[in-house]
Amino acid sequence: MDLAPVLDGFSVVLEPTNLLYCLIGVVVGMLVGVLPGLGPAATIAILLPITLGLDAVTAVIMLAGIFYGAQYGGTITSVLLRLPGEASSVVTVFDGHALARQGKAGTALGIAAIGSFIGGTISIIALTFLAPLVASFAIDFGPPEYTALALVGILLVSTVSSGSRLKALVAAGVGLLLATVGRDMFTGGERFTFGNLNLADGLDFVPIAMGLFGLGEILYNLEERHTRVHAPAKVGNVWPSRADLKQSSGAIGRGSVLGFFLGILPGGGATLSSLAAYAFEKKRSKTPERFGRGAVEGVAAPESANNAAATSSFIPLLTLGIPANGTMAVILGALLLQGVPVGPGLVNQEPELFWGVVNSMYIGNILLLIMSIPLVGLFVRILRVRPAILAPITVLITLIGVYTVNNSVFDIVLVIVFGVLGYLMKKLGFDPGPLVLAFVLGSLLEDSLRRSLIIFDGDASQFFLRPISGTLLVIFLLVALVPPIRTAVTRRRTASADNRTKELV
Amino acid sequence: MTVLVGYVPTAEGEAAFAAALEEASRRSEPLLLLNSPRGGAAVSSDVADDAAVALMADRAREGGVALEVRQSPHSGEIADEVLRVAQETDASVIVIGMRKRSPVGKLLMGSSAQRILLDADRPVLAVKP
Repeated sequence: MDLAPVLDGFSVVLEPTNLLYCLIGVVVGMLVGVLPGLGPAATIAILLPITLGLDAVTAVIMLAGIFYGAQYGGTITSVLLRLPGEASSVVTVFDGHALARQGKAGTALGIAAIGSFIGGTISIIALTFLAPLVASFAIDFGPPEYTALALVGILLVSTVSSGSRLKALVAAGVGLLLATVGRDMFTGGERFTFGNLNLADGLDFVPIAMGLFGLGEILYNLEERHTRVHAPAKVGNVWPSRADLKQSSGAIGRGSVLGFFLGILPGGGATLSSLAAYAFEKKRSKTPERFGRGAVEGVAAPESANNAAATSSFIPLLTLGIPANGTMAVILGALLLQGVPVGPGLVNQEPELFWGVVNSMYIGNILLLIMSIPLVGLFVRILRVRPAILAPITVLITLIGVYTVNNSVFDIVLVIVFGVLGYLMKKLGFDPGPLVLAFVLGSLLEDSLRRSLIIFDGDASQFFLRPISGTLLVIFLLVALVPPIRTAVTRRRTASADNRTKELV
Repeated sequence: MTVLVGYVPTAEGEAAFAAALEEASRRSEPLLLLNSPRGGAAVSSDVADDAAVALMADRAREGGVALEVRQSPHSGEIADEVLRVAQETDASVIVIGMRKRSPVGKLLMGSSAQRILLDADRPVLAVKP
């Protein structure tokens, strides 16, 4: 492997501007990680217009910092207040808060910070070696392969993501429909524009992401009331003892590896991997009854896993141009705004961007480790800000921000419409992630599907004859068909079992 | 009939609690401690932490007073909440702590103590630290 571009990447990161934006990114990330409700996807969406004025590298370094910084921040409130600031630190609550109640909050936070750092770093090292490999492999991808990949991506995100599968599929379907609005790329015909010139170029990604993730979440949080107000927590000694470190070292290692692989999967990401790491560690332990009562492994495993996953979910984005989850979709939006050609060519065409972003994660993780331990008290103070003060400011920034992208009032209207849609979706239990992802992948899917059908002269069976697209489509069919068949079979079995018991009675 | 004390973890709050404890044992009535933070934010420095609450419970037990602690958050002004709870429990006396404030500070920030003193329909015991 050629190491020169990797080292060049470090020279990009160490430019003062990039270092500054890396710091800003991780600090903002930690802040939103601490605040329950406002997640990294929302923050990145709201900050999209700000990145317009920056270099592409600098912008992505900052946005990436927000993403993995939030994984650190969410831990703090989970441990101290039993309030997970972030979906990915929900499982940390069980053992983290139990430790805090035993007066060992410092140990839990220290272990979480060290675990996060190690998980993140292992994942970056693996990313450094794996990403160019995947990219070199993906260079052979043609339109048929992209069609299959986009299909698998959309389906996996809808099936693997949390919540109801049917609702996620509905959301993804709406996203695909929204992607068709605007001018047809091949014939030039206008679709679903209703004669409105603003829709002629299709819906923009930025107002959709800002509305669904940003405004929608703010509206939803205004409604949610915390029943209990906590006293400000005091944290004593943050350094974990050597025994604790020894006890959790295995959990950190296993959590990192698990998180890395689950992060690559579309729809995987930080939340799923932290849950999986916790469950795995509990199953593996000789004393599972300790979990939930303050086991250090119960903090170490999910925290290393969510940081490892946050890092590795950059692999599909940077090598294939396929975002693995909602937050990555927003970062893809930022890259598209900057005019960066996202796809397998990125590693070779824009080595400075690719390695700059990857290497910034080393620096970001070190910054987080330095900050997270001594500044815990400061971050907890952020929670004293009431949503009634925070929400109007955020809404104002969102609306001004979206206006500055295109200087178009129509975009403000779009943000509000999608904000209301996002609020209603959250209220009814729909995850907006699949919608945004399907919207991003929708144009790629349509484009490559039609292009490949032109190549194939309209013969769709050709998709199955090419090795890569064929394999991907088989995976697609498996993912689509196995779960419903399995539920049907189990339902039948339980139904017949019911009949038998009835007969006996 | 109970003795109602409005409490915040400050010197004024401590003074009010001490006076209320004495008052409750003199009247041999139960003591209701209202420590209500403003709702909305997840963390507030107006809330007494678990250790402080346990300490107060110990002191009440030593004095032979039955203590009830309410920490549910309120919306609006704290003065209204104190008066509402006083009505609800039909308190025989409200005990509050008072802090020194300049006329300008009072003009800008208002004064919860003043509102409680003026609006209460029952005796109020105002304590200085």
